Amino acid sequence: MADVVLKNVRKTFGRTHVIHGVDLDIRDGEFIVFVGPSGCGKSTLLRLIAGLEDITSGELFIGGERVNDLAPAKRGIAMVFQSYALYPHMSVYDNMAFGLELAKSSKADIDSKVREAARMLQIDNLLDRKPRQLSGGQRQRVAIGRAIVRDPKVFLFDEPLSNLDAALRVQTRIEIAKLHTDTRATMIYVTHDQVEAMTLADRIVVLNAGRVEQVGTPLELYHRPANLFVAGFLGSPQMNFIPCTVSHIGPDGVQVQLPKAGSITVPVSPEGLRMNETVTLGIRPDHMKLSPQGTLTGRIELVEELGENHLLYVNVGGERHLTIREPGDAHHEAGQEVALALAPESCHLFRESGEALPFLSGSRTPAPPSPDLSSRAA
Amino acid sequence: MKMLTRIGFWLLVAAVGLFSIFPFYYAIMSSFRSGSDLFTIAYLPERLDFSNYVAVFERQPFGTNIFNSIVVAGAVVALSLALGITAAYAFGRIRFRGRSLLLMTILAVSMFPQVAVLSGMFELIRAFGLYNTLPGLILANLMLTLPFTVWVLTTFMRELPKEIEEAAFVDGATPWIVVRRVFLPLMMPAAVTTGLLAFIVSWNEFLFALTFTLTNEQRTVPPAIALMSGSTAYELPWGTIMAASVVVTLPIIAMVLVFQRKIVAGLTAGAVKG
Repeated sequence: MADVVLKNVRKTFGRTHVIHGVDLDIRDGEFIVFVGPSGCGKSTLLRLIAGLEDITSGELFIGGERVNDLAPAKRGIAMVFQSYALYPHMSVYDNMAFGLELAKSSKADIDSKVREAARMLQIDNLLDRKPRQLSGGQRQRVAIGRAIVRDPKVFLFDEPLSNLDAALRVQTRIEIAKLHTDTRATMIYVTHDQVEAMTLADRIVVLNAGRVEQVGTPLELYHRPANLFVAGFLGSPQMNFIPCTVSHIGPDGVQVQLPKAGSITVPVSPEGLRMNETVTLGIRPDHMKLSPQGTLTGRIELVEELGENHLLYVNVGGERHLTIREPGDAHHEAGQEVALALAPESCHLFRESGEALPFLSGSRTPAPPSPDLSSRAA
Repeated sequence: MKMLTRIGFWLLVAAVGLFSIFPFYYAIMSSFRSGSDLFTIAYLPERLDFSNYVAVFERQPFGTNIFNSIVVAGAVVALSLALGITAAYAFGRIRFRGRSLLLMTILAVSMFPQVAVLSGMFELIRAFGLYNTLPGLILANLMLTLPFTVWVLTTFMRELPKEIEEAAFVDGATPWIVVRRVFLPLMMPAAVTTGLLAFIVSWNEFLFALTFTLTNEQRTVPPAIALMSGSTAYELPWGTIMAASVVVTLPIIAMVLVFQRKIVAGLTAGAVKG
């Protein structure tokens, strides 16, 4: 059990800067998920914590101890790799026992720990098999088992589910969540899958190009994205973005002029906003409705039926497309002209720099983020 | 038409087989003949006469020569693999300045013909006081086997997944433990193959063995066979030479056959990713 603290951690490979000064406080027992597009540095950040890469500058503390110069095995961590990384020539039992053996644990101790972990993961009937005789899901369990027997303070997962098929992925995801509730160990989990991030995380760290974009609970990030990047990254289908101009600033929010359409008043604080400034309005596909009184008009280009809901792709002039999600089966066809109504309280406004404008207090459902949970990105 | 291609195929196989096996077959044939019989051409043995085989061991310390060869080849294989695997770990896994230059240098060493390095090697061996000793031959033969051992093992080492090594580091392994307990078992097929090649190279090595030994008791098999003399200075004892050749070739063939199964089995086991 330990907290993990990163202080201005940087990593460069030669002249390439991969991690640009990350500050992060991970509390004891917390489940933290690093998400971001590929190449954003999330795996590198995990490997820095694991000690598989050297930190170029900055400090890393695990359980209050500065571990910058400690070998991976001395940091009290265990890591589960995407490719499982089992030792192919060893049996499942030996794979799990290897770390304990190197740590010079007693035979009886090793045996009881390995068997207990195997029972927990329901692989106790596979202990004599070689990795090549196992299915992908079983291999991943062995890899998790190998991490458990080391009784680490911090579990590190590097995209552990991306080599599994969809059904197994859901099942293993639930098992990892259960493992977290059972052990209460600190866990750091890297993924590019936002469903995994949303379902598993206590807090999500969104990374982009080696920088922390936002840190917060899954719902905070979903409802209160700090910037355009986070807004666009979380949620599927992606949030719609509409460029518009500020037409009025009042006590109940900012009125913006939509292109070739009416205006809408978004309940955000206008901090430093000027008239006629260009801003971006963001709205999720679920927060728009087809309605005859709608402010935006356009032509349906494509209908995607998903069963429980359907997606409409609407061309609102120019090359701009908006995505709308409506429940149930579609009642419209491609080519139809429709009008869209936007729920103003569900709209987000972003400055030209990409930064989100804060909502006026009491304007929407989720609790505002408490100060210590907000992003500490430099 | 189908029949014709099939016949053609088997004719070709027969031709290749004949070409590679006939010299050895003729050596066995000749080893059973003696005297002037040797100089008549015959393709089938008339009788089994083992007198040449007896003569090989009676007229010179051929048993000692075989023992020497085994010691030299065995030591060369052991040293090549030990140095090769540790070097392969460094070349395949650790980034350091001048790595590819060093690797190229090692390759370049194997480009020199043996004759070119002979005199230099001779001085070296003399300076170490290893002239006319088996360690001298072992040292010289390492120059022939190490370059390809290092290269093949480095290539193989690079193909092993990096995560396995990292998992071992997280488990608390030192590089030495990683090499010994994780990589060595995985590299068995490559180690067996290169070890076998190193053994054959060292077993058949002639020039160094001839130059760096003086007495018959220190010679390995190839110069011992070459320096066999008949009853007069003008007679080359073909029968005995052939018998000696057969004696030293059979163990090699047996070894290749035994290990070939291992190589194939090992390669297929390694091919399935774990």
